Amino acid sequence: MNLVMAMYVETRLVHLSGVDLAIIAIYFALVLAIGFYLKRFAQTGEDFFLAGREMTAWVAGLAFVSANLGSLELLGWAGNAYQYGIMAAHWYWVGAIPAMVFLGIVMMPFYYISKTHSVPGYLKLRYGSEASGLSAITFAVMTILMSGVNMYAMAVVMEVVLGWNLHFSIVVSSLTVGVYVAAGGLFSAIFNEVLQFFLIWFGALLIPILGMVETGGWSGMVARIHQNFPGQDFTHMWGPMNSFANNPMGIHWTGIVFGLGAVQAMGYWTTDFLVVQRVLSAKDVRSAKLAPIIGSFFKMAVPLIVILPGLLGRAVLPMHLVPGSEAQAGQFRYDDVLPLMLARYCGPGLLGLGITALVAGFMAGMAGNVSAFATVWTYDIYRPYLRKDAPDKHYVSMGRWCTIIGLIVSIGTAYLVMRFTSMMDYVQALFGFFIAPLFGTVLLGMLWKRVSRAAGFWGLFAGVLSSVGTFSLMKLDPDRWVRVFALSPIAKPLAQAMYQALWSCVTCVVVTVLVTLVTKPRPDEELVGLVYSLTPVAREEHASLLHKPVFWGVVALALFLILQIIFW
Amino acid sequence: MRSVSEKHHIIPVWFFVGVLLLVYGVLIFVSGLAEWSNPPNTVLAELHAPVWWGGLLVVLGGVYCLMFRPGKST
Repeated sequence: MNLVMAMYVETRLVHLSGVDLAIIAIYFALVLAIGFYLKRFAQTGEDFFLAGREMTAWVAGLAFVSANLGSLELLGWAGNAYQYGIMAAHWYWVGAIPAMVFLGIVMMPFYYISKTHSVPGYLKLRYGSEASGLSAITFAVMTILMSGVNMYAMAVVMEVVLGWNLHFSIVVSSLTVGVYVAAGGLFSAIFNEVLQFFLIWFGALLIPILGMVETGGWSGMVARIHQNFPGQDFTHMWGPMNSFANNPMGIHWTGIVFGLGAVQAMGYWTTDFLVVQRVLSAKDVRSAKLAPIIGSFFKMAVPLIVILPGLLGRAVLPMHLVPGSEAQAGQFRYDDVLPLMLARYCGPGLLGLGITALVAGFMAGMAGNVSAFATVWTYDIYRPYLRKDAPDKHYVSMGRWCTIIGLIVSIGTAYLVMRFTSMMDYVQALFGFFIAPLFGTVLLGMLWKRVSRAAGFWGLFAGVLSSVGTFSLMKLDPDRWVRVFALSPIAKPLAQAMYQALWSCVTCVVVTVLVTLVTKPRPDEELVGLVYSLTPVAREEHASLLHKPVFWGVVALALFLILQIIFW
Repeated sequence: MRSVSEKHHIIPVWFFVGVLLLVYGVLIFVSGLAEWSNPPNTVLAELHAPVWWGGLLVVLGGVYCLMFRPGKST
């Protein structure tokens, strides 16, 4: 209690002891040592950009789920759980599990068999350079902007939580990431993501364990929440979504099922190259199919260390947290709930482990962004448009330089965001413009051989325009347009984003189908290995049940359904 | 040119995971023992979480280091 009171008058949330600092320093030393060690193995393009395509399903699966387990995610979703209750878990369950299983069972064979280096690379093979170029350039620009936004956000968190200087955080983290990714390429990024996975689990798992001990289990926690916040429902997922007005998120179940589950999650998990690149590093088709399914089991468990601490915050914290935009001096924001809970239960040593997990999450996120940027720039922009027939060594060298240049641009973006903070929201929104329509384009291309080259480009283009249009209209004149696009005048920004994704994907699909019907399809022989009906995918009839990815996919979906029923 | 077999001599990532968990486990376990009689000002400090959590990390880290140590055939 004294500690919590002390935090009211201090500018930082936690104080680190010598052992905490030693734990952080050891982490930095180890990732740099791993980077230098892996440099000797990253000599060819396939090694540097795809980790030699020799990762096991477990390594690729953990890296796949870890690439999305950054610290901003953890802090933000723990804050969302405090604000909205257990409904925030939709982003980990319906917003991830079906999409991951779909990627593994349906889409991964095409990405893998086509031997593409990237998602824009698949679009080039399937549709040609127009759709691929649009996707590659937007991905490269957005990735590097996002990297800068993350870098700035990390520096702010480190300043608020630890009292570290902003410039110090930016310089030390980017230098470290630059050195180890430029040295070992995707090998380094994946190794670091696996380390980060363990750090985050062991750094954060004590919070729900000790929180449950303190509150006397789930029912004790729910009773305390009802006592602290009477009349509000924070512990049911689907029940309060029968109308927009019945839940703090202001969303209807259709927005969650169709906007989040069917479009936004599918778009993110199956076409965002940052995550798909991890699975492309798998050693064979079976491992590539299994990796996202292995990832789905861990993803299902993440609410334990993210959502539950947010709910526990409602139950045990003596103060009420407030939205970031309304926080006054001495008040804590929703996003502070995870560090506050960490400081509540963790003393010297354990605190260092928790903070190292956050630092590792930030750095792994940055590494993921720059490694994906280096691949897309080198293989989908530089090679096709600037220098076609250079030796492999040249492209590896370009990849290493891209990593450094990408980080320098990210640092520039971080300082730009520092001066114009509102840019942050817009950059994050920009990233969302491309994901939902891209899913429509890739999926139609894989499943329907009739889709033509022109249809691929115009469908994607129309989907992006629709996304930008609905976003702009809802921002410029919310009173008029939110009720139109988000189906209710009280839909909150998260709910608006779900419907924006839904409409942009629908637009993409409709335009793609219409243009397909009036244009000439590509000959079948050009589409072998790219389209479902023309690709002999290994069926694994002779493998035992336990070795079939589809079996584990069904198990993952069954567990997912059970969780929905338990927390209905 | 690097032979394909050299690729297979990369130390498994699990070994690095083991080293990290082992070192962290030792540090946390020892700091937990050091503060046993004078626990930090945290909630449930009387449960001595650093001691058993550090011990768990040591055991897991040790097992990973042993199972995936360089040179061990898999």
